[in-house]
Amino acid sequence: MTAHRMRLAALSAGAGLALAAMVSGPALAEEVTLSLLIDNGPQTVAAAEKVVEAFMAANPDIKVDIETRPGGGDGDNIVKTRLSTGEIGDVFLYNSGSLFQQINPQKYMVDLTAEPWQADIQPSFQNVVTAGGKVYGAPFQTAMGGGVLYNKKLYADLGLQVPKTWAEFMANNEKIKAAGKVPVIQTFKDTWTSQLFVLGDFFNVQAAVPTFAEDYTANKAKFATTPAALKGFEHQADVFKAGYLNKDFGAATFDDGLRMLASGEGAHYPMLTFALGAIQTANPDAVKDIGFFALPGDDAAKNGLTAWMPPGIYISNESEHVDAAKKLVAFIASKEACDLQTAAVGATGPYLVKSCALPADVPPMVSDLQAYFDKQGGAAPALEFVSPVKGPSLEQITVEVGSGIRSPAEGAALYDEDVKKQAQQLGLPGW
Amino acid sequence: MTSLAASPAIGADRVRRRAVRTVYPNWFYLPAAVIYAVLFLFPTVASLFFSLTRWTLSEATFIGLDNFRQFFREPFLIQGLVNTLIYAVVTSGLKVVLGLLLGVLLTSEIIARDYLRSVVFFPVLVSTVGVGITFTVLMHPTGGLINQSLAAIGIEGPGWLTDPRFALLSVALVDVWKGVGLATVIYIAGIVSIPRDYYEAALIDGAGALQRFWNVTLPLARPATVTVVILSLIGGLRSFDLIWSMTRGGPGFTSDVIASVIYKQYQAGFYGLSTAGNVVLFVLVALMVVPLSAVLNRREVAR
Repeated sequence: MTAHRMRLAALSAGAGLALAAMVSGPALAEEVTLSLLIDNGPQTVAAAEKVVEAFMAANPDIKVDIETRPGGGDGDNIVKTRLSTGEIGDVFLYNSGSLFQQINPQKYMVDLTAEPWQADIQPSFQNVVTAGGKVYGAPFQTAMGGGVLYNKKLYADLGLQVPKTWAEFMANNEKIKAAGKVPVIQTFKDTWTSQLFVLGDFFNVQAAVPTFAEDYTANKAKFATTPAALKGFEHQADVFKAGYLNKDFGAATFDDGLRMLASGEGAHYPMLTFALGAIQTANPDAVKDIGFFALPGDDAAKNGLTAWMPPGIYISNESEHVDAAKKLVAFIASKEACDLQTAAVGATGPYLVKSCALPADVPPMVSDLQAYFDKQGGAAPALEFVSPVKGPSLEQITVEVGSGIRSPAEGAALYDEDVKKQAQQLGLPGW
Repeated sequence: MTSLAASPAIGADRVRRRAVRTVYPNWFYLPAAVIYAVLFLFPTVASLFFSLTRWTLSEATFIGLDNFRQFFREPFLIQGLVNTLIYAVVTSGLKVVLGLLLGVLLTSEIIARDYLRSVVFFPVLVSTVGVGITFTVLMHPTGGLINQSLAAIGIEGPGWLTDPRFALLSVALVDVWKGVGLATVIYIAGIVSIPRDYYEAALIDGAGALQRFWNVTLPLARPATVTVVILSLIGGLRSFDLIWSMTRGGPGFTSDVIASVIYKQYQAGFYGLSTAGNVVLFVLVALMVVPLSAVLNRREVAR
């Protein structure tokens, strides 16, 4: 009995304290701790740490714990699993576009449509973090281009011009091979690096067939039966058949590829421009020698850039500190945060926040990239940002096509089969 | 749900009947039964259910047998099946042959026998993923130690893990290297337990070393052979970690096995489909191992 009564007394005392705390809340603002889940890419971590540090200095009552997760397929697993078990934390970073659509934003995220900072965000980014008419994310880091990184020094030595058509590209490759260098670097140990010929060719696809994305989402257009879309697979097979690849293409990694490009051992590396960060870390002296061009198609007049949107920052609707989380996201979407990111990792491409600007002195890769964005109609978003349908096995298929194991037509047909599952899982009409 | 509600009643009934014959009180069974039901029975039943749904972890739509239809239409599945069988047969065959030979060697009177026994067993103790990563480096087509050694004597080595013809077999060989120690230990135990009388009798009859091995060691070590075959076959059929750490099923899909196909479906977020794949794998392993075990054990009794 006594023990029971004592516990009751303690309880009521506790309640009293809590009440007191509630009454004097604003005066004795307690410290709020937010969690921020990001991928473990060195660039992401460096940029996020710098931004969070400044945010905490400006908001002493909010503490932000950065937590990292792997990228790629393993990262998808972690995010999906933690969302469904309610353990995602307060704020998290994840892809925009088709992968964003796959994690059921309406169910798990806080609607950010009405936030004041949205006015400062480029509509092209808002589109790729919108589900059911509501905007759920803020951009983090910069837009990227998918195309070919090339060694400018090698180009100058051999007197080559940046190719505007596929035929010119292959002619350049022939000259590079004759000079005893590797024309095209491929790194299939990291399978994701194999997809650029197909994914980076989308500007050319939509230039030839403007309705492709829409028809593709509605199960009306296919890679295998659309000649313009099949081109990417064919190009990948062409460079293999011509013997333009590095000898260890099957075992080389992303880092190997960048090393070969930086050292001038290889001339072209089909890649996303975010690789700049890794080059800056591993070969800072080579940054001035690396340029970028979009994947060439058939028509020089219609050549343009396939662009990738940066990932978004989202707030979990399970968060207990939504107000603090919104403050953090608003800060990330500000000009100040862009400048902090540039200071942390350098200028890697255009920001999606309107008031942000790049410094005047940027590496050649970034100015090459910026030129496409500055030109009217010079850049179009990649397929994964205009259609939620993206098959999970593309990287294996492009490895097979790029190593001569499977023909381009069969590879494209296999990919069409692969995306069907994704469309069904998303419950899209027409599949 | 009705079946779940009914099962404790059946269970209780069974416990009551058995209670007559045992010396332990009924509640002695309870902790183990609860653990078994929660960790094994429930997931098994649940996975059978989820394999019939399109599942996003938060909601499941019942779609009948569509997942199984889709899984068997998976273009890589047939290759995965064939690869799984090749992998299981190659690894288990080599482990039997090499394990037996090493077992005979290491039970004979040789110098440093105990040291050699532990050397054979060491790879078993190392983490599989660590072994995979190490061998991936060793098997690099241009910079790896294996091909550089071959180049030193004038042979151009193949791309062990990057040539579609060799990738699966290379991984299988590493699996054998890692697993043969366990097979050897089982064989050593089996051979040591053969009574010396048989060998003495064979010697008196004038049998040579080869005859003694063929007519005494081999038949009398059959229990060890059965154990090694079954363990390594099951291990081969469900093998995943080594393949994933060395090739991720690549190049392309050429070294995919069923387990890696299933894992990729899971990774892509097709939870219902990957659960259906696991049910298929379960049935397949059972279909192969149950009859095999029955046949091998029957022979053992007949002896």
